[in-house]
Amino acid sequence: MKQLSIFIENKSGTLIRVLDILSRAGIQIIASTVADTKDFGIYRVLCDKPEQAFIMLNESGINVQLTHVYAISIDDEPGRAANAVNMLSQAGISLLYLYSFLWKGRGVLVFRAEPSELVEQVVKANSLTVLDEGEFA
Amino acid sequence: MDNNSPYLHPQYETLSRDELKALQLERLKKTVKHCMNSEFYRKRFANAGLSPDDIRSLDDLRKIPFTTKQDLRDTYPFGMASVPLPQCVRLHSSSGTTGNPTVILHTQRDLDEWANAVARCLWMVGLRPDDVFQNSSGYGMFTGGLGFQYGAERLGALTVPAAAGNSLRQIKFIKDFGTTAIHAVPSYVTRLYEVMQQEGVDPRRDTKLKVLAIGAEPHSEEQRRRIEQMLGVKAYNSFGMSEMCGPGVGFECKEQNGLHFWEDYYIVEIINPETLEPVADGEIGELVLTTLNREAMPLLRYRTRDLTRVLGHSCPCGRNHIRLDRMRGRSDDMIVLRGVNIFPIQIETILMQFKELASNYLITLTTDADNDNMTVEVELEELFTDDYQRLVALEKEIKHRLKDEILLTPHVRLVPKGTLPVSEGKAVRVVDKRKVYQ
Repeated sequence: MKQLSIFIENKSGTLIRVLDILSRAGIQIIASTVADTKDFGIYRVLCDKPEQAFIMLNESGINVQLTHVYAISIDDEPGRAANAVNMLSQAGISLLYLYSFLWKGRGVLVFRAEPSELVEQVVKANSLTVLDEGEFA
Repeated sequence: MDNNSPYLHPQYETLSRDELKALQLERLKKTVKHCMNSEFYRKRFANAGLSPDDIRSLDDLRKIPFTTKQDLRDTYPFGMASVPLPQCVRLHSSSGTTGNPTVILHTQRDLDEWANAVARCLWMVGLRPDDVFQNSSGYGMFTGGLGFQYGAERLGALTVPAAAGNSLRQIKFIKDFGTTAIHAVPSYVTRLYEVMQQEGVDPRRDTKLKVLAIGAEPHSEEQRRRIEQMLGVKAYNSFGMSEMCGPGVGFECKEQNGLHFWEDYYIVEIINPETLEPVADGEIGELVLTTLNREAMPLLRYRTRDLTRVLGHSCPCGRNHIRLDRMRGRSDDMIVLRGVNIFPIQIETILMQFKELASNYLITLTTDADNDNMTVEVELEELFTDDYQRLVALEKEIKHRLKDEILLTPHVRLVPKGTLPVSEGKAVRVVDKRKVYQ
């Protein structure tokens, strides 16, 4: 799954600039989250057309990266997220960040994790459903 | 020496304006003739179609071209000497991070006169041979070290070359040696006071301090008053620059109404840095100094790049040496922060070595709780990661590299592309919000 990672200043008004560009390009945001430090923030966005959004933002002079993240579909029931995270951590995988949202009645866990080979193994061994960007197109 | 006299050199300190001018003219003529021993000034005069005999009045000084820091760099290391090198006994040099360093040479007589000038300053603010003078200033090439050392010794004070740093040891010295006077940069005095508080030392009760000499970094009247209140002492503003020897060029008297510049040593001009014409008394302009009492390396009309203004020529202290306001900034882009001279190009050079960074940056100087600080904001060129810890690590790396270069630790902030003023023409690279300039 391709995610937009956008570097923003930790002050008012900076998100507007980014959101304006996305809206003018007709990009639909599916899920987003802001991680912030004292001075700056990273705005992470899943959208319907990540490649196109990346080009638009980049051309507008925004610091943006297309980041590879995993999006795993889980049942919208108590304990499912814990279960999935537990599988990953048992396998020795460390998560850089994680966020979640509801999509078509199911839960989606989005995370960046390393090493990627191990993630693939866990996914396979446990028959987890991994979503790709086609899901939101 | 009469300990009860307010003057160490009454024969010079109490001259009338007319007497001072007569002395200046005599010394100027002598200096100009002596300068013809320097290859640099010989050429400079020839190119200007000028002969030493053309200098017949103090007004004729204005016929002489200015000398600049660039001239010192161009003649590095010894091209400006007016005596053969074997007659020189001391050399001071600037760091040279922005090109060739500058070198200032001294004969033994120069060092003697320098010590006399500093001794005169310290005597003026009340130091006597029974005082204990602790010089908490950097030594080495920094002229505030040896300059005050020899000056305080010349006066006869017991002089402690404590140098800068190690606050606990400084405080122990102050208590154990009965230190009565300290020389330091103002921000270091504040630091000493903080440590005293932590250690439960009350400067009024536990020390014999009475006089502080502060200088080498810009500070406001308000900061000076606060320092005086903290330590229960009088703090006097000192002006010096290595090109003019070092400290001892200008110093406040007990009236604290501006710095007396010693006009038996220097001719003071204040010019408009754009038109190079003199400004009226009271107007801010660039300080230009001509040495009148130097052997190894006299300098004619040296552009200091410091901005100040004339406050007056007379003073209740009985000295008629010109009084100048505390320095009001610089006419070039040099930053003076905590006594360290920094050019933005030094910072730029470091930043440009990081391929992750764009070319736009902004240096902001602030006063936070009496400490002057620098914040460097720099734009990120390309978001190479979405892991904020790696971005924080990059900030740290930049900070360390800058510290190695400018010897101070700035705050470093990464900012998104396009958020800083663009570097077209005269981009704003430095914003000075320090109290001193407000």
